[in-house]
Amino acid sequence: MPVVSGYNSSDCPIRYFQNPSSRSLLFESRSEEKKKKIRMAASDRTVLQFGPSSAATSNVTAKVHPLVIFNICDCYVRRPDQAERVIGTLLGSVLPDGTVDIRNSYVVPHNEFSDQVALDIEYHHTMLKSHLKVNPQEVIVGWFSTGLGVTGGSALIHEFYCREVPNPVHLTVDTGFRNGEGTVKAYVSVNLSLGDRQLAAQFQEIPLDLRMIEAERVGFDILKSTSVDKLPSDLEGMEVLMERLLTLINDIYKYVDDTVVSMIIFLFLFYSQIVLI
Amino acid sequence: MANTMARSFLQVAAAEEVAPPLRVVQIEGLVMLKIIKHCKEFSPALVTGQLLGLDVGSVLEVTNCFPFPIQEEDEEIEADGANYQLEMMRCLREVNVDNNTVGWYQSTMLGCFQTAELIETFLNYQENIRRCVCIIYDPSRSNQGALAFKALKLSDSFMDLYRSNNFTGEKLREKNLSWVDIFEEIPVKVSNSALISAFMTELEPDTPVTQRDYDRLQLSSSPFLERNMEFLIECMDDLSVEQQKFQFYYRSLTRQQAQQQSWLQKRRDENKARKAAGEEPLPEEDPSNPIFKPIPEPPRLESFLIANRIANYCNQINGVTGQSFSRLYLTKALHDN
Repeated sequence: MPVVSGYNSSDCPIRYFQNPSSRSLLFESRSEEKKKKIRMAASDRTVLQFGPSSAATSNVTAKVHPLVIFNICDCYVRRPDQAERVIGTLLGSVLPDGTVDIRNSYVVPHNEFSDQVALDIEYHHTMLKSHLKVNPQEVIVGWFSTGLGVTGGSALIHEFYCREVPNPVHLTVDTGFRNGEGTVKAYVSVNLSLGDRQLAAQFQEIPLDLRMIEAERVGFDILKSTSVDKLPSDLEGMEVLMERLLTLINDIYKYVDDTVVSMIIFLFLFYSQIVLI
Repeated sequence: MANTMARSFLQVAAAEEVAPPLRVVQIEGLVMLKIIKHCKEFSPALVTGQLLGLDVGSVLEVTNCFPFPIQEEDEEIEADGANYQLEMMRCLREVNVDNNTVGWYQSTMLGCFQTAELIETFLNYQENIRRCVCIIYDPSRSNQGALAFKALKLSDSFMDLYRSNNFTGEKLREKNLSWVDIFEEIPVKVSNSALISAFMTELEPDTPVTQRDYDRLQLSSSPFLERNMEFLIECMDDLSVEQQKFQFYYRSLTRQQAQQQSWLQKRRDENKARKAAGEEPLPEEDPSNPIFKPIPEPPRLESFLIANRIANYCNQINGVTGQSFSRLYLTKALHDN
């Protein structure tokens, strides 16, 4: 297990580079991790660079299948006692329009200390081989971790995954419900370099599409409750469906009625205005 | 000072464990999604996978599963398959997943899964695991909106009979075993951890009508019905072939018996003649004569399985037509309004 040492963001506080053009570049990105500031070299006028170009990464979107979320939650529930979070690999494919389609995942055992991260690489490769035997089209597209936000340790792990796949996607699933809801976010990393010195990796959030089509197929009633006593038969399903349709039709009916009423009022006022004039 | 109710450890260990009968199979939502994904990806090819979980009392809990790679027919791949299984189990053990095999799952096309191979696989599994179950998932029926998950196991009486290889008509009548008694369907319960149900409650889309409902609302059911009828007709053909085999057997049996009777008659006449002449009577039996060789009865297993398949197709057709009627009535009502 390689132990990659790196800096911790709290160790080197850095100030914003005051060049107005670069400041506008910094504000373009949407990430919340803006605590990384750049130390200003004494009299240098080197320009802060983003690369590879942010235009390319801003086109990336990610699609996540519900199985991945299920798997991550299950792994989190089964994690060993001393671990605070679980991390693992994401499998999927890159669609022709550039979207990353995340279809499967598996957890990788890891150890995290204050400034060091150890990852079981052999396990990762073994599982990858096994998964590729079943479905050779599902390749590594990134990695996931539970918890909110991106930490220093995550940057190191992300570096490791950058060596496996060119532009890995980092998915965070907040199992702690810290914001009062379970947030699922995806990031790609962009390298910040000053001159030819690598300074930081900035995690930019990318739009995430949770495609729940399969979960809808199974039925949310089954997946939502903690226990379902029996699978609904066809006839019961039809009954539920008709009730839902009825609700939908009623809503549409009410909406149309309200629109018509408000149109009538509006026209009435309009004509009364004309009469007054 | 020991409580009279408590038994010593030795007594408990010595007492025979009476396994309560399996009443329900509890599947986790994760397993269902995994099975659905795997079967749908490779449909129409048929795929299999392994189920992992726990055997608790009368409930069989299935907590995880992994798919098997599609194997080409090759002897050296057998070892690969076993290696793959061992590796997966080892890796899953490391992340605290239940390492206990409780059965396997397979996908099927329109419900024609009752084959002799299924029974063979069951017996193979039963040798190592006390309780195993097979989950059948039908992706084509799920396209119609129903959730086609079935948990099956072989009934005990059938298993005993099969093991003793005694599949004649008499034995079956003795045990009162008919084609319904081969497979036992076990009710399926779904459970989810609290964390995942919290996530799902939140990620639920706003529309009250989901994709599954749209699948159910499809008015066209003729392709599905057509395929069902096709398979049904094939099954009827197979059944008639089996019937012919039985007819042939019975005809040859009666013919053999008639031959035996005539031979016996001839022998008796001969003996009478010899007695009149004062010679030793010949024995009335002659095991070396080919007409006394017992004709083997054709096995009934295949016809039982075919009957099972036919019943399945008929049930499916019933279900689909019932649903289509409701859909048509619904459309009619909307049109009238």
